[in-house]
Amino acid sequence: MDIKEITRDKSLGMTIIVKTISRLIVSFILVFGLYIVLYGHITPGGGFAGGVILAISYVLLILAFGGKVAVAKMSGFWASMWDNLGALAFVVIGFLGLIGGYFFLNFINHGTPGKLISAGIIPLCNIAIAVKVGAALYAVFLALSIYGRISTEEDE
Amino acid sequence: MLILFHILLFFMIIGSIVAIETKNMLSAVIAVGAVGFGVSLMFLFLGAPDIAITQVIVEVLSLVILIRATVYIDNRAIERKFDSFAIITGLLFLGFFIMAAVWAFGDMTPFGEPLMRVSRRYLSGTAAETGAVNAVAGVILDYRAYDTLGEAMVLFASILGALVILRNRGKKPVVK
Repeated sequence: MDIKEITRDKSLGMTIIVKTISRLIVSFILVFGLYIVLYGHITPGGGFAGGVILAISYVLLILAFGGKVAVAKMSGFWASMWDNLGALAFVVIGFLGLIGGYFFLNFINHGTPGKLISAGIIPLCNIAIAVKVGAALYAVFLALSIYGRISTEEDE
Repeated sequence: MLILFHILLFFMIIGSIVAIETKNMLSAVIAVGAVGFGVSLMFLFLGAPDIAITQVIVEVLSLVILIRATVYIDNRAIERKFDSFAIITGLLFLGFFIMAAVWAFGDMTPFGEPLMRVSRRYLSGTAAETGAVNAVAGVILDYRAYDTLGEAMVLFASILGALVILRNRGKKPVVK
């Protein structure tokens, strides 16, 4: 089913008040999560916290619009795929350090401290961890709350 | 400042006792959430905003997951009988623990003093050596990236286990 039909279906999810508010708020949550991830080496925060915020924005969508939106937006297969890719990217960044000498060497030029593009591999590691953590927590939320209640096409 | 910590600690202990003793599952979950927010406030007042942010966000998400997973299940707590042996041994070990704690913590230096050699090196050299202004990010992703890798793998393995147990595909259908 198309995602626009699902979001307009009044029988799914919560009331129209909750749906409208969460439709307004969810993009701000997503942008805030991206900010926390990308500025992790400058301000408090980092990959783990930012990844959880990204997962929360998807969880809010599921809670407001019902489980079918989750399956249409990002299915369990893609959640575990992003989880694996994030973990793989983190390990690959670690192994790339072996070129210069040792595991997890900060091999990129450090740049000026305080700028957005600085600190070598730290922002890249933050992004990898954020993808990994966000997708993993989203997958666990799917597994605990959706599986067994809503049958998905790919699982049958 | 110290009185604030004592109030928070007292609040967290009360919350933990409520979470253990209450009969309703939803109340237990909410009490656990209250304890988690107490922990995050504690980290904030100790000057660790990174940990406070992570703690409060993970607490929100885990609260949502727990409520979503438990609210449909009407599992009441199991009624248990009064067990005098368990209470006496519990009190005995509590007494032992308090004695050992008083004995051990009496010799400790105040919080954060003296600054160890390693942490002094981290505080003075992070910006120059890693380029990260946030010292925490510099420590966990440059100096101690190997530890972070272990932490990420622990999360990876636990999620893998949860997904394997809770999967739909390949399971026998439940006979009703």
